[in-house]
Amino acid sequence: MRPVLDALAAAWRHPQGRVGALILLIVAVAAIVGPWLLPDPLSQPDILAGSMPPGLGHPFGTDQLNRDILSRVVTGARISLGVALLAVALSMTLGAAVGLVSGYLGGVVDAALMRLVDGALAIPRLFILLLVLAVWERVPVLALILLIGATGWFATSRIVRAEVLRLREEAYVRAAEALGARRRRIIFRHLLPNVVGPLLVTATLAVGDVILLEAGLSFLGLGIQPPLPSWGGMILDSKEVLVSAPWAGIFPGLAIVITVLSANLFGDALRDAVDPRGA
Amino acid sequence: MSRVLEVRDLRVSFPGPDHRRFYPVDGVTFSLERGKTMALVGESGSGKSLTSLALLQLVPSPGRVETGSVIRMGETDVLALRGEALRRIRGRRVGMIFQDPMTSLNPVFTVGDQIVEGILAHFKMPRAAARERALQLLQEVGIPDPSTRLKAYPHQLSGGMRQRVMIAIALSAEPEILVADEPTTALDVTVQAQILEVLDRLQESRGMAVLLITHDLGIVAGRADRVAVMYAGQIVEEAPTARLFANPSHPYTQGLFASVPRIKGPLRRLNPIGGSIPAPTAWPSGCRFRPRCPKAFDKSELEPPLLTVEPDHQMRCWLAEEPNKNRG
Amino acid sequence: MARPFPPLVEVRDLVKHYHSAGLFGRAAPPVRAVDGVSFNVGRGETLALVGESGCGKSSAGRTILRLQEPTSGTMLFDGADVFALDRNPLRQLRRRMQIIFQDPYSSLNPRMTIGAAIAEGIEIHRLAPRAEIPRRVAALLEEVGLDPTYARRYPHEFSGGQRQRIGIARALAVEPAFIVCDEPVSALDVSVQAQVLNLLSDLQEHRGLSYLFIAHDLAVVRQIAHRIAVMYLGRIVEEGPTDQILANPRHPYTVALLSAVPEPDPTARRDRIVLAGDLPSPSNPPPGCPFHTRCFHPLKNDRCRTEVPPLRPVAGTVAACHYAEATPTLAEVGAS
Repeated sequence: MRPVLDALAAAWRHPQGRVGALILLIVAVAAIVGPWLLPDPLSQPDILAGSMPPGLGHPFGTDQLNRDILSRVVTGARISLGVALLAVALSMTLGAAVGLVSGYLGGVVDAALMRLVDGALAIPRLFILLLVLAVWERVPVLALILLIGATGWFATSRIVRAEVLRLREEAYVRAAEALGARRRRIIFRHLLPNVVGPLLVTATLAVGDVILLEAGLSFLGLGIQPPLPSWGGMILDSKEVLVSAPWAGIFPGLAIVITVLSANLFGDALRDAVDPRGA
Repeated sequence: MSRVLEVRDLRVSFPGPDHRRFYPVDGVTFSLERGKTMALVGESGSGKSLTSLALLQLVPSPGRVETGSVIRMGETDVLALRGEALRRIRGRRVGMIFQDPMTSLNPVFTVGDQIVEGILAHFKMPRAAARERALQLLQEVGIPDPSTRLKAYPHQLSGGMRQRVMIAIALSAEPEILVADEPTTALDVTVQAQILEVLDRLQESRGMAVLLITHDLGIVAGRADRVAVMYAGQIVEEAPTARLFANPSHPYTQGLFASVPRIKGPLRRLNPIGGSIPAPTAWPSGCRFRPRCPKAFDKSELEPPLLTVEPDHQMRCWLAEEPNKNRG
Repeated sequence: MARPFPPLVEVRDLVKHYHSAGLFGRAAPPVRAVDGVSFNVGRGETLALVGESGCGKSSAGRTILRLQEPTSGTMLFDGADVFALDRNPLRQLRRRMQIIFQDPYSSLNPRMTIGAAIAEGIEIHRLAPRAEIPRRVAALLEEVGLDPTYARRYPHEFSGGQRQRIGIARALAVEPAFIVCDEPVSALDVSVQAQVLNLLSDLQEHRGLSYLFIAHDLAVVRQIAHRIAVMYLGRIVEEGPTDQILANPRHPYTVALLSAVPEPDPTARRDRIVLAGDLPSPSNPPPGCPFHTRCFHPLKNDRCRTEVPPLRPVAGTVAACHYAEATPTLAEVGAS
């Protein structure tokens, strides 16, 4: 845990990192707490009432079904952030596991795994996802998370492997080998804690990527399915009323931009914190 | 003998914890004579490397040279120089060689290119002439087959070769002063012997003054005319080499001598100085060596100035005034 | 000199070549880091392996502990054939043969407290119940001259000399009989170097340890080694008791090496043999005697270029030189 906390603390000290972190925290808090405080976005569609501009009672206005946009954005935050965090967690775990094993064991295992990764990297992720999702109608959220997570670990495994190759030569790893440590101990006690830094950076930046990816898929109707609100889905819904009720598209769009930007800012600050010390 | 470099009360400061500054170099005074070698001896944390960097205003920020410090080369007040004037003395009047030749050379340029750039930075001449000069320099530093080596990249050369290239670059502008910061520490003993021989020869033929920074008393014995021992940012003993080795007087110097293993002479258990080197952020009060000094006494609570031990031999220790306490 | 017990460590014809990966066959000739090295280390004794960079001494040290697989050769530790052991018996044996490293800054895991680092060996080999471990760690810290309360601190809070002590404590934790010391003091300041050398000496006395002391500094080696083996380009060129080697070296390389050690005495005569040329590449060693390209022996001739001289006894040491009996002393060379 300590390496994680150290890196986070360092990123907090960085001015841009702090901004990014604060915004992400706000979004996260809003996502967790918001839906309880605000009217249920799934209920009360009122086709006759139509959309209303931002004003009292509806700070972000309502969409064409008279659903409160603020509630939907906040609930959408829960969905989008949730999907992103879980998918990234999956990717990072897979990537780290493969990278660690491949890098430390070397030989045939390494060669086989890396050829697999090379092959996978050659196929565009978006292509695979579009293919699968186009066929799979009304994909459940869990499946979406698994799909995104399972297609996002390849580059990470390469990064982790590179780091492991370097760490393997460090004297303290040899010392552990000389003491008679089993490979598992070396991987978990010596390699993994020292790989956490770059991994954390990759993870933070990946969150931004996945938010965009999910938003894009939802915009195409392939990701999060209605009536669950998602930022991409909201933008899709707002397409038809973009001229008459622009707020229906602007607010979810802003939410995406601000969140992704913050994730990137924080990720960059983390990278600065981790890299020069990392050697 | 003409004095080519004069340093007085040099202090270098860095920002420290709780917004105060600390002084890794804290009042250093010495001078260099033409054609002579002065050795600055000390361990890590003594301030010796920062001292050499300060000479060319190369102290890394956020460090700075404190006002009140004086660095003069002949008529020139080095600390008052800026911009172009400063650039001109770097390399031209003072050349520097650093410890690790691998990281001091740019890996993406050939050795020849780097020497030529060095020459052209200080002299106006056509490139072809500069290449000729580079070739001569490589020969002077004893690199075999120099015309082939000119086209080599640093990683293709051995450590000893690279250090010779560094010397060639440092000499390319014909400086009057050469500052060598641990020039042979990263090299093998036999290579070290070669490099020192090169430096000797060059010094004689060019009449350069050399400031040799090292922790190796063996090198000092063979090469330096004068020695200054540094501890905790200050010079604690200074004398001509023969006199210092015959009569090391400061307890730290004595401790250093007792810690050095020797090839010749009776085999004795080493007698190292107890404790460890103080951090520059927390110099001990009074005499800075007091916490580790086997001869500390009541007066040690007062910071001593440099006092005379014998003619042309000073040390920063109250024992200079009470020689009876300083036996052995 | 009759020794009552068989040597603890017996290395025979150790060879370690590094092959660079070539896609189509061997791309480059292998680096012949260790090219046929044999030596013994007795109980409670220190053998120094001395040489300059590229001579293979560090490779030899790591290979005999099987931290790298050897290309060929045997290593007997207390009679056990280390290179033939399976993984589990090897792991058991590792307790008894440890290593300390040169670079104090990379020898400790920056993410582990030093207490955890020292305790690791004890945990791996289950040498003490969990509750007992902190006490053992404290005792070890004291034994190497450090304050036991430091156990909770991280490596970056310590100086180079202290980190070396921690590395020694870590090695001692498993109660080894033999320690490979890979340039343990080369990166340290003079006064700290002396402290660590004394510590190693004292530990040898109290615990009856054997050391393979790898170094390039003959003066340092003199302080701690009973015997010295000089390596050049992957081979041992001379071996013998310390005082013999220093007083009466028989191999020209040893003579040159000794002459190059700077003596802290300004009045000493500075005869120094400056070897011509550069160290040949270990992937392309010269034929015959590996040293002949730089050798200054007056009797050097064609035989040196074609015939590899074997190690043979010469006046108190063993040396690999065809003309070892007539090797000039430093004074006779009179070179500068």
